[in-house]
Amino acid sequence: MAEHIAARGLGYRYRQGWVFRHLDFRLAAGELIAILGPNGCGKSTLLSVLSGSRPPIEGELARQGRIALVPQSLAPALPFTGLEMVLLGRAHAVSLFAAPGPADYAIAHTALAQLEAEHLAERSFDVMSGGERQLVLIARALASESPVLLLDEPTAALDWHHQAHVLALLRQLADTGLAVAFTTHAPQHALDFADRVLLMAAPDRQEFGVPEAVLGEDALSALYRLPVKRLQLPDASASTAIPVFRDYLHRKATPAP
Amino acid sequence: MMPMQPVDRPHAVCADLRVLCGNVHKNGEVASQPNPENPFERQLGFIGPWLLAGAALVAALLSLAVGRYSVPVDTVALILLAPLIDLSPSWSETESQVVWAVRVPRTLLAAIVGAGLALAGAALQGVFRNPLADPQILGVSSGAALGGVFGILLVGTGWPSMVGAFAGGLAALAAVFWLAGGNHSGVGKGGTVMLVLAGLVVGAVGAAGIALAKYAADPDNQLPAIVFWLLGSLAAADAERLWVAVPPILLSAVLIIGLRFHLSALAVGEEDARRLGVPVRTVRLLTLGAAGLATAAAVAACGVVGWVGLVVPHLVRLAFGADHRWFFISTALAGAAYLILVDIVARTAVAAEIPLGALTALLGAPIFAVLLRRLRGDAHG
Repeated sequence: MAEHIAARGLGYRYRQGWVFRHLDFRLAAGELIAILGPNGCGKSTLLSVLSGSRPPIEGELARQGRIALVPQSLAPALPFTGLEMVLLGRAHAVSLFAAPGPADYAIAHTALAQLEAEHLAERSFDVMSGGERQLVLIARALASESPVLLLDEPTAALDWHHQAHVLALLRQLADTGLAVAFTTHAPQHALDFADRVLLMAAPDRQEFGVPEAVLGEDALSALYRLPVKRLQLPDASASTAIPVFRDYLHRKATPAP
Repeated sequence: MMPMQPVDRPHAVCADLRVLCGNVHKNGEVASQPNPENPFERQLGFIGPWLLAGAALVAALLSLAVGRYSVPVDTVALILLAPLIDLSPSWSETESQVVWAVRVPRTLLAAIVGAGLALAGAALQGVFRNPLADPQILGVSSGAALGGVFGILLVGTGWPSMVGAFAGGLAALAAVFWLAGGNHSGVGKGGTVMLVLAGLVVGAVGAAGIALAKYAADPDNQLPAIVFWLLGSLAAADAERLWVAVPPILLSAVLIIGLRFHLSALAVGEEDARRLGVPVRTVRLLTLGAAGLATAAAVAACGVVGWVGLVVPHLVRLAFGADHRWFFISTALAGAAYLILVDIVARTAVAAEIPLGALTALLGAPIFAVLLRRLRGDAHG
């Protein structure tokens, strides 16, 4: 298996302080990796560093192959149709003063078809729902024919059905040989779909490993500062993780230590 | 995770422009809004350039025919064909003279300046990621005018005003880009406001400089030349002015139309575009240079003619969509047709000729006002 991203002791900081340090991460072909962490822990920054948009401030980062990043949201300043947006994925193959050729259009259409989203080709990106945009942006990444796919909260705006749809798709893409990593706020996404998980617990503390091992009750409770229970599902084939919001309610009533 | 505001607002702005498009459509003022659900309407993109080329041709024929000395359109056609095929003249010498010596240069100049300004507007809108960018609003026209005035003051009319206008236009562009925060100017917090304010500042500096230059100019020779030139007119169109305008605007059009795909790609934002493999810096520099060149050439040839770069790309987007394959060529053709038509009005509406710049402002400013009001309403809602 070709290793596309290998990071050791990675660190990045803004003026206010370190976003993360001593971070180890590996992503190989055929793998699907989930990245979990609370709001503002630097998941997007990490993807940005891994994709090469920001150089790391410390540590080693080896990357191999073109990386396509699917942003959480995108607000084009001028109107685009779905197809025009997907075509932008071909930008790296279009030389200056040229425009995408028939082959590029064919690739863009294939990418949309792969996501069962051909009906979005002629739709205006502005008026699409969050889920439709997500599909178009993933299609754009596929159209770039990159071996590595990084996705920033691809399920953020989606209902449960569409979450399942996108995650199953990511699983499929990984199974066909792509290296895929995505950030999420749902531990179940990691438990049900991912090969490995990166838990960004604190700026200088991360866990990286198999979901079942990394996502214990204690780790998740600490991560989200909220009691989290791991439950075995009735059919005993899988377990899930759920937050116990009620406990937080009682804790809220007493003054914080 | 990331703060939502700066990401969401410009999109809302876009959506609002869509709403605006819809309204215009409902009022029936514009032939059709690109309705992406309807494949037939999407096809309009393909035929857009042909329709607009036809419109520009018709406008040009009309422009050759009407005026204080009117020549029938069929006679105009015959006069134009005369050098190509052998025809026994059924027209008077005066008619031929009016068409060839006066109206052909004027119409050509209107077409090339209109195309150049419209393309410059479309290009700036792509680079600044803001649908309100336009050479006039960004103060580039003022900067070019100031440079041109200095050219006239220090050397004389003709090529010095052209060189001065180009330098002034580029300096103004650089200043606006720097003031408005460069690549962050188009979207995000106060993007439109910053852009308009930066244009205001640069335009004010240009206007002040021009006032000083007028004060310093020789009142007998230079001052009338400067004042008349600044008013913006095609009345003095002749071969020399065509030479000033045509080569730079053609070069600029080749650059902008050549960059059509990469220029469109800039609209998704610098970081995203760069990740996709767009050479953002190169595209931006080439585009700004091309827009500056077209604006400077237009200003040098016929003074400050504003708002064309705002109005025309908008109308093209409303009517035919923004597909990079057709958008820029359509914009150029529509700009040509638009300025030819406005010039016809300028010289036929009343007994005396109305300055062209005044007329384009009269048409452009209300459209700008409507857009601005829509954007503002959105920011509050």
